[in-house]
Amino acid sequence: MPARLPYSYKYLRSKKKFPHVWCPGCGIGIVMGSIIRAIDSLGWELDDILMVSGIGCTSRMPVYVDFNTLHTTHGRALAFGTGAKMANPKLKVLAVMGDGDSMAIGGNHIIHAARRNMDITAIIVNNNNYGMTGGQFSPTTPQGAKTATTPYGMIEPDFDVCKLTEAAGANFVARGDVYHVIELDGIIKKALSGSGFRVVETLSPCPTNFGRANKQGDAVNMMELLRDETINIAQASKLPKEKTQGKTVRGIFVDRDGMGYTERYQKLCDRVSPGVKK
Amino acid sequence: MSGVPWGETKLVQGNEAVALGALAAGIDFFAGYPITPSTEVAEILAREMPLIGKKWIQMEDEIASISAIIGGSLAGGRSMTATSGPGFSLMQEGLGYACMTEVPLVLVNVMRGGPSTGLPTQVAQGDVMQARWGTHGDHPAIVLAPSDVSECFSLTIEAFNLAEEFRTPVILMPDEVIGHMREKLTFPAEGEICVEPPSSPDVPLEWYEHYHTSATGVSPMAHFGSGYRFHVTGLTHDTHGFPTRKVDEVISKMNRLKHKITRRLDVLENNMIHGVEESDVVIFCYGSVYRSALAAQKILARQRKKVGIFRPVTIWPFPDRTVKELLDSKNVIIVPELNQGQMIHEVERLTSDSVRVVPLQRYDGYEITPEQLVAAVLEVM
Repeated sequence: MPARLPYSYKYLRSKKKFPHVWCPGCGIGIVMGSIIRAIDSLGWELDDILMVSGIGCTSRMPVYVDFNTLHTTHGRALAFGTGAKMANPKLKVLAVMGDGDSMAIGGNHIIHAARRNMDITAIIVNNNNYGMTGGQFSPTTPQGAKTATTPYGMIEPDFDVCKLTEAAGANFVARGDVYHVIELDGIIKKALSGSGFRVVETLSPCPTNFGRANKQGDAVNMMELLRDETINIAQASKLPKEKTQGKTVRGIFVDRDGMGYTERYQKLCDRVSPGVKK
Repeated sequence: MSGVPWGETKLVQGNEAVALGALAAGIDFFAGYPITPSTEVAEILAREMPLIGKKWIQMEDEIASISAIIGGSLAGGRSMTATSGPGFSLMQEGLGYACMTEVPLVLVNVMRGGPSTGLPTQVAQGDVMQARWGTHGDHPAIVLAPSDVSECFSLTIEAFNLAEEFRTPVILMPDEVIGHMREKLTFPAEGEICVEPPSSPDVPLEWYEHYHTSATGVSPMAHFGSGYRFHVTGLTHDTHGFPTRKVDEVISKMNRLKHKITRRLDVLENNMIHGVEESDVVIFCYGSVYRSALAAQKILARQRKKVGIFRPVTIWPFPDRTVKELLDSKNVIIVPELNQGQMIHEVERLTSDSVRVVPLQRYDGYEITPEQLVAAVLEVM
């Protein structure tokens, strides 16, 4: 795609930081591409963007993009992002996290970021396991799946990222995947352009660990699984139930207009001390 | 009370003085989580900060609190949190991150009895070694221990200044007695205090190195959103902030982290020394115990008995050279502490076998009294 090339020079630390650490067939680079295209179409200044991450494969993303970038400790991306947003509300804060990072060790932070409706866009790349440490189970590993720490199959039920964050109060909740990339570009763009807490769960293959442990084939096979085993929410609504059974639904599930925390805090300051500028 | 009562004299609580000291230092952002006996700091700032348009938030736990103030500091806000033992343990993760990434912040730890939940409303000094060595890996530490309400105010301002100057977290550690006591405090006039402005680089954007190796080991820090775009990571990094495993870059980073403190001990060292030269017996103490030591010294003076007092205000870095210089020639050094013996090891490390180092330890949640100290001095005389 030669038309995509100009992005590399504007948005990537292309001379300094490549090759990247991700395995062949990993989907995280595709998510990074989607984020860059979404930001480009919004025309945002690089200086205004803060990409914050925790620990894990997805959390290595900030090193490659030429924004303000902050690679923090495991699970804490949203807490660091909250502080940065409070101290400088002009920053457009984008948190990129994996499923283990955001749902296990960062589980407390994500429910409270959603409850506060903190003005952060959270992109959660869900590859169903901890890739960087060698493929242990995460809170989104499906029941029965084999991982390095579930050699006899996962016995715990899994979290639904979208339902969890919707219930906790997020303004915007959506799911995409790295096969349906044009759709993902649109979802991320919509998420970024809103306010309050916005969540985009992105399904992504981990052929090195999860795929191998569960005999899902190579990277191409795993992409085909995303094609065949997910369904867009609009299509799903038109089909009889038996045709959508067992498929993971993609699309925008929640798009609310609740007031974000930044605005609510400013209103508090205005109320108790009129005339004082943030 | 609203804002800092510049120039006035008031009856003020220690924790309140910390909060007012933070306001005097120009705090921009506070994030915290409720915990006894530090909560007044958060409560007073929750009331005061929105009135002047400054940012305050109660996070979901202490890990989130310190993470938030690191983010806030990187985005250009003077940031602080306040906690006590159990929260301090949780904050070690963020503290290590801030040391590694060289982010200025102030962490107030009002010490209570431990380990674990311990004695939440009672005094202890059990966190002094944790403050030095609590987070994993080698890391610098600057820790100040106030002994009265006035110092709670002045050392909070000092903590903000040192954090900026050294680009590192500074820990203020009043013990519970100091945090909760009320005392007369005469506030300085508004122009009288010195507040270091946050540094900012003046190099062209493309020349900026977030961890530039300057003569002091500390270089001006840019903030997110300022136009200088940089990367911050807890991974060992090069001068631009990008991860590295190259041996020379790793060594350079680790040495600079250490030397930015050890090469400027003169700026950090701050001791209160009373009658040490003319005494054979010296009490080495810090925090609230210093108050009892001063009282004991007076009682003994009435009995024509001399005892010296050595009190570090900056407890970390430890005043090695001065302790060796002044105390290695003494007969006896009494080290009263509200723990089972932590700083005593430092005193032992720096004195010869000929010097008797005598512990006086209390860990039942109560103060060491002047009478206990008098008895201890008389016993060794």
